[in-house]
Amino acid sequence: MSGNVVRPYGDTTGDGRVQISFTLPVPFGTATEKARAEGAAMQLAVKMGLDPAMVVHAKGMGPDYTFFIVYGRVSHLVDLSEVTVTEREFPLLSPAEVNLRIRTGLGRKLVVVGACIGTDAHTVGIDAILNVKGHSGEKGLEYYREIRVVNLGSQVAVPDLVARAKAEGADAVLVSQVVTQRDAHISNAKEMSAAFDAAGERPLLVIGGPRFDPSMAVDLGVDKIFGKGTTPGEVASYLAYALAPASGDPAADAPAHRVGADA
Amino acid sequence: MGTRLNLDPAVVRQARELAAKAGQPIVEMAKTHTTVSVERAVLRLAGLQGADADGMPWVNRLVDAVRESTGLEHGVALPAWDAMLTGGHDSLAALAEAASHGKVPFRIPAGADADAARIAARAALAHGIGKIDANRARRQELIEQTAEPRKPWIYLIVATGDIYEDIPQAQAAAREGADIIAVIRSTGQSLLDYVPEGATREGFAGTYATQENFRLMRAALDETSRELGRYVRLTNYASGLCMPEIASLAGLERLDMMLNDCMYGIIFRDINPRRTFIDQRFSRQIHARAGIIINTGEDNYLTTADAVDAAHTVVVSQLMNEYFGKEAGLADSQLGLGHAFEINPAVPDSFLLELAHAQLVRELFPDAPLKYMPPTKHMTGNVFAGYLLDAFFNLCGVMTDQSILLIGMMTEGIHTPFLSDRDLALENVRYVRDAAGRLGESFVPAPGGFIEKRASEVLGESVGLLRRIADEGLLTAIADGTFGITKRPADGGRGLAGVIGRADGYFNPASEILEAGNGAAGADQARALTEIGASK
Repeated sequence: MSGNVVRPYGDTTGDGRVQISFTLPVPFGTATEKARAEGAAMQLAVKMGLDPAMVVHAKGMGPDYTFFIVYGRVSHLVDLSEVTVTEREFPLLSPAEVNLRIRTGLGRKLVVVGACIGTDAHTVGIDAILNVKGHSGEKGLEYYREIRVVNLGSQVAVPDLVARAKAEGADAVLVSQVVTQRDAHISNAKEMSAAFDAAGERPLLVIGGPRFDPSMAVDLGVDKIFGKGTTPGEVASYLAYALAPASGDPAADAPAHRVGADA
Repeated sequence: MGTRLNLDPAVVRQARELAAKAGQPIVEMAKTHTTVSVERAVLRLAGLQGADADGMPWVNRLVDAVRESTGLEHGVALPAWDAMLTGGHDSLAALAEAASHGKVPFRIPAGADADAARIAARAALAHGIGKIDANRARRQELIEQTAEPRKPWIYLIVATGDIYEDIPQAQAAAREGADIIAVIRSTGQSLLDYVPEGATREGFAGTYATQENFRLMRAALDETSRELGRYVRLTNYASGLCMPEIASLAGLERLDMMLNDCMYGIIFRDINPRRTFIDQRFSRQIHARAGIIINTGEDNYLTTADAVDAAHTVVVSQLMNEYFGKEAGLADSQLGLGHAFEINPAVPDSFLLELAHAQLVRELFPDAPLKYMPPTKHMTGNVFAGYLLDAFFNLCGVMTDQSILLIGMMTEGIHTPFLSDRDLALENVRYVRDAAGRLGESFVPAPGGFIEKRASEVLGESVGLLRRIADEGLLTAIADGTFGITKRPADGGRGLAGVIGRADGYFNPASEILEAGNGAAGADQARALTEIGASK
């Protein structure tokens, strides 16, 4: 097998072995029902490309559902040359480096307005990024001497966010969205970027939440998306990179404020 | 149960004295103020239901109308019942409708008119609170007809957004072993200044708390309790801007437990501190009367702060919740104080630290039905490691005799649980309970050992923090970011506009009955008043 093509690894190179689990809405009571349920699980596994497949565990959950664990072999090949990744376009900086860069590149404090918008009341994410306490051992943005943080908290209406960002002279707006039911995080993000575009003056728009796909920034009309596990240091480094470009840095040529998002 | 940690009783006593000192000014503030939601709760207890064509409840319309004309400094009851008696409105609903069209001239009555209004209002409230008393008796009756589940009670959450989806899920969860069903509320309900009406099928990450949703779910669980031969409890959230109203609805629809923390809304939902404390006192008086177990929210502090560094803030908050709860009439058996298993598993001796914290709380509050929350912060996408961590949580729970175990999901942090996630979680807790359920009796930490030392260290830090709070004042401590890191000034946050200072002659017939009723004498008095109300 060429170095660029791989298969799942169970215990031997190229064996293609994988494990999956799922529930089917089928009963698992009588002997007949059990046989039918396992047959149904086998059928799904085979259709998913597991061949041979082995149902190693089946358990009835209440009268109407059965849970399965299935092992099997897939014949699919993974071509590593076709894998694309979004690499971080900015260098990770220490808080001291971020402060220095803002001082020299911007010449004043960088203003960040943060909020949870829409009905989302889960401020845990935005607080973990903004509060001094931070998370994962990294202090939040309030800790940075050259960053001024205005945390508007939860359930901020988009027009209020736009008005407050203007009043505070925000360089960047950070919005956190945790709730994803009925794709509320997507529609809220689009509504927000459209509102800033309509208002004319558009700060750097950054959105974060565990269920965002970081490659969707253009679709949502924002400048940057941070996904699950983002630390305050990453956000601070990005803000410094985008808003306070150092001379000779590739970002020095990049427009900090993108215009005309298609929302 | 004797102490296993050799806690110094003098230090424990000192901690409680300091909590009382810190809490007293807050209670004074609550006794001299009311809120729009307290006044709306009075109307709900008197039986006012329903909403106008826009879905705004009549209780909001009536309270707003009274506030605009006479103000609420005397309470809503005096002007409302006076207007009923003098204006020929045959019900609160008719009055509310007329008032919403600006057709009711409210006044603060005096003399005989005031006496007549007070008598009518007292009778209506005695009737309403009589329903809460009847529900409490009915719960006891149902427990006797079925059975009281053994402890720890297994607590499971449903949250589909649609009450008609929640019901079969809740019934299925009960059949699989859940003793308590909590219906998570729609995100954002805590910041609505009204309680939605009717059965609801649309919610975000949860289902709206409404009187009709409460009724539907309790009726379904009654059916399931009879089927299973054990009483399945129902939980919801008396928190947010409508805390007193939701507490009242819980009492009227026989909910069994309510999330009701003294500071959660302030810290995590940015609700004004004064509003919260005033609303909280009234809501706890209702819970006390209804035999509802409150659940406090200390687990939340550990999701923002470090679970080792902030362990003492949990104890401090529990002591404050205990003080405020007892002041409002709650018994020890109604104090479901919360805590959580949130220490980073990479910390050396993390399980020993968890045991020390859990046992400390158990010994500080020996008669409280403690609610123990599973790991969330350090649950990752590695569901297999998460399943192991949940098993250690369950083990810690049974070793330290926790009363209520919220069941941890291995997919915590990924999605709302799959049916199979819940089933596996129940398998986990059943295994631990069956295999090690009696380990608690043999769990005696070595004198002078790591666990004992850690427990006494946390207690010592708690006393230190309580002393600071008692000196500078609880509102200042909250403004300084003492709890959950977040800073919340006393005049910030939502809902302050709904806080009203009481005038001399403030009249709240519900509070009268509830405050007189902390004890058998009060219950008798309420019954007598109920009979007067019924005979009218």
